[in-house]
Amino acid sequence: MSASVIIFYVLAAIIILGGVLSVTSRKIFRSAIYLLFSLIGIAGLYFYLDYEFIAAVQIVVYVGGIVVLLVFSIFLTHGSGEHMKQPNMWRALFSGLAALTGLILTLYIIGNQTFVSDNSTPMAPSVQNIGTQLVSVTSPGYSLPFELVSMLLLAALIGCIVIAIKPAKKADPKPLESNELRSRAENDTLTIENKTVA
Amino acid sequence: MLGANLIILIPVLPILCFALIALAGKRYFPKACGALATLTLLTSFCLSLMVAYQYFFVVGNVGGVFQKIVPVKMTWLEFSPGVSIDMGILLDPISVMMIVIVTFISLMVHIYSLGYMKGEERYATYYSFLCLFTFSMLGLVLSTNIFQIYVFWELVGVSSFLLIGYYFDKPSAVAASKKAFIVTRFADLGFLIGILVLAFYAKTLDFQELIMRLTTQGSYLTSMMSASFLGITALSWGLALVFIGGAGKSAMFPLHIWLPDAMEGPTPVSALIHAATMVVAGVFLVARLFPIYAISGQDVLHFITYVGLFSSFFAAIIACTQTDIKRVLAYSTMSQIGYMMFSLGVSGYGGEEGLGFMASMFHLFTHAMFKALLFLGAGAVIHYVNSNEMKDMGGLRKKMPITHITFLLACLAISGIPPFAGFFSKEEILQAAWQHDKIVFVVAIITAAITAFYMFRLYFTIFWTKDFQSHAAHDAHGTAGHHDDQHGEGPATMMFPLMLLALLAVIAGMVPFSKLVTSDGKPLITEFHPTFSIAPVLLAAIGILIAMRMYKKENQGPQKFADSVKTLYISAYHKFYIDELYIFVTKKVLFNLVGRPVAWFDRNIVDGTMNLMAYVTGEISFSIRKMQSGKLQQYAAYFFVGVIGFVLIFVFRK
Amino acid sequence: MNAIGLNQILFLSTILFFIGVYGFLTRRNMITMLMSVELLLNSVNLNFIAFNKYLFPGKLDGIFFSLFIITIAAAEAAVAIAIIINLYRNHKSIDIDEADVMKY
Repeated sequence: MSASVIIFYVLAAIIILGGVLSVTSRKIFRSAIYLLFSLIGIAGLYFYLDYEFIAAVQIVVYVGGIVVLLVFSIFLTHGSGEHMKQPNMWRALFSGLAALTGLILTLYIIGNQTFVSDNSTPMAPSVQNIGTQLVSVTSPGYSLPFELVSMLLLAALIGCIVIAIKPAKKADPKPLESNELRSRAENDTLTIENKTVA
Repeated sequence: MLGANLIILIPVLPILCFALIALAGKRYFPKACGALATLTLLTSFCLSLMVAYQYFFVVGNVGGVFQKIVPVKMTWLEFSPGVSIDMGILLDPISVMMIVIVTFISLMVHIYSLGYMKGEERYATYYSFLCLFTFSMLGLVLSTNIFQIYVFWELVGVSSFLLIGYYFDKPSAVAASKKAFIVTRFADLGFLIGILVLAFYAKTLDFQELIMRLTTQGSYLTSMMSASFLGITALSWGLALVFIGGAGKSAMFPLHIWLPDAMEGPTPVSALIHAATMVVAGVFLVARLFPIYAISGQDVLHFITYVGLFSSFFAAIIACTQTDIKRVLAYSTMSQIGYMMFSLGVSGYGGEEGLGFMASMFHLFTHAMFKALLFLGAGAVIHYVNSNEMKDMGGLRKKMPITHITFLLACLAISGIPPFAGFFSKEEILQAAWQHDKIVFVVAIITAAITAFYMFRLYFTIFWTKDFQSHAAHDAHGTAGHHDDQHGEGPATMMFPLMLLALLAVIAGMVPFSKLVTSDGKPLITEFHPTFSIAPVLLAAIGILIAMRMYKKENQGPQKFADSVKTLYISAYHKFYIDELYIFVTKKVLFNLVGRPVAWFDRNIVDGTMNLMAYVTGEISFSIRKMQSGKLQQYAAYFFVGVIGFVLIFVFRK
Repeated sequence: MNAIGLNQILFLSTILFFIGVYGFLTRRNMITMLMSVELLLNSVNLNFIAFNKYLFPGKLDGIFFSLFIITIAAAEAAVAIAIIINLYRNHKSIDIDEADVMKY
């Protein structure tokens, strides 16, 4: 039982425990924090497997970005304090059963499968190698997916802003003069144009 | 020989004329349509005469036997290498004779209609229908293929329907045209089944091959004779069914009910269709297939004899009581066609045996002449008197001299008085009957006597009996009284065909028919037996004298006679209630026992099944609609369970 | 290192995956559902990395897949949050059981 094995099991325990607590906790903020721990555990696992770059990306993007985003959204939806409602017992039972079935099935299949390695000389997953391949066009080049993902991010960015933008204020009830009406109308069309642009 | 192009023009010209009148003539030159159609028919007639001359006297006769010539043949629809529907032209003695008759009578009717239908609103339509009919009839007689004859058969039925229902604002005319079409269509069902039976066994639809295969001893004939259904061989079934089709068109009992009602059409139409051409289509069909009937289908031939004989006698009895002149002529037609039918029935094939065949065709030829004449003359009378009923007529001999003389000649011809045309043809028929079956002879000769009686009853009632008072003069219109005196017999266009046909009715008997048209193409020597002819002529003369006695001057004779045989007279007057029987069978039996249950079945079970399927679908979808609950997690759960299920199936498939 | 083989890591990722599935099917709050989805995505990432390390050491395909998945997961989470916020504004609730208007 060498130290690396123990480290692995500790990391595995953090990951799984974090996951379980995240999906069963009744306070939403705690659920987010347990997720955070789970994600850090996964990053640790990546470090353990000598994939430092991915581990770093995991921490920066997932932990530093997504969890923070989740926390902000919890604040924006005013749900941070109270206990959440328990799920329906039947539903919990059914989905637990389904998940368990799936788990056993998949484990069975994995267990029976012999995985064959191609035993080629390992390429070091250094930043240099990753970077070179990311922008190269010769095989194995990932410049095309890279560009596509950047476009996807742009689309997501624009989409998020448009979806979450607050609509303009409504007109007030007192009767208006004609020029005020006209300027109101112009304002309204402006906002409508904003919406239609998206 | 005339080129095939010119021969094909004989039927094609009328149909082109039909198309021209129907598409353009009705609108742009309606008054000229009559002349156009008449000219077309004149051309067709001249071409037919040329073909007839060439056929009978120049090229048709090879080694003493008249050949069947096929100038045109084109495969239209091929089912299998042997069986195909061809369209073509077959020239043999009977078809050449028929094209001459059809074009001639059609020409006469066209000329006559120039005067009769003048001023009619739908003048152009009338001529277009006439052209259509002529085309159909010509196509029928020139057919090479039994299916082609069926096609033209139906076309003739359609033309007849259109022409009978010409005065479509009269409900009786509409009903009559429907009746004609439905009855003949019903008979054509038998015809079609007969065609299919014959074609199935003989594996061909062509006439020449059909005849050859079913008359010579061989595999086709034996297979057809051995297969049987309800105790009758397949061959007999096929032939009998084909005859039923012919019986429908030729108004044989019991499919005769449409012919008297068909008199609702204009009189020239009756002259063309219901006297000379369409109604002989059935006789023509049997004649066309005659070798098969005579050699292999003797039992069916007996059946044909009895049907024809009974029809002629039955029609003759009814004709004695009718008061509408066209109805009398209609029953007379039915009677004469009965003659033609049983004459075919008593005939054998080849040589002396084929006397009946020759006599039948001869009678067809002469009958066309005098019957058309009778109808056209009746048309002139109706035109003059404005009524169809005999009681409105009488004493017209002074007012309508030409019509009078021609009508008299026609009546003499139909009664079989020498030396007019009818005498010769009836002689041959009676000789054939005597040689074959004495009973047939006796009934035929009695019918001949009755024919003479009722024809002269008609003649005397129209032209003698009482003096003519137009009953328009009794109405309050003074001008109408003048009208009858001023308007004469009819224009020259109406009189000319009458005179020409009368001439032919006199001399047509002199044609040496037996040398030209016989059952096997070889000429037949026929002799004149004076001793044999005495009996029929004598009986006919007695019939005429009785008619003269009863009808020449107005007296109580007819009424007293009618009272003495009251029930017979009344039932004959009502046409022996055959129409009522048909209506009873159709309404009470067919509609109630077959129609209503089938309709119930269709409404409740067929529709019901569809409705049930729709209802079940609706109910199922209503009951499972809760599956779309709008809850995302439920959808995800179903999805997930489905995926697990698929994985189980695909991974653990043994 | 040799004692930890591919199978162990695969077991781990499978368990994580089905924890995520359970969470997705059970949780009532939309944001917690989103967290379960993140768990799912992470388990898949782990799978890719493991396969890359143990079966195909000469290539970097697994790393790239994981990289792209992380990127896309981020984008998707952002869009999901935007939608949730919009929904909250209109319905004043982010309970998934109350968002069932599109039904029979």
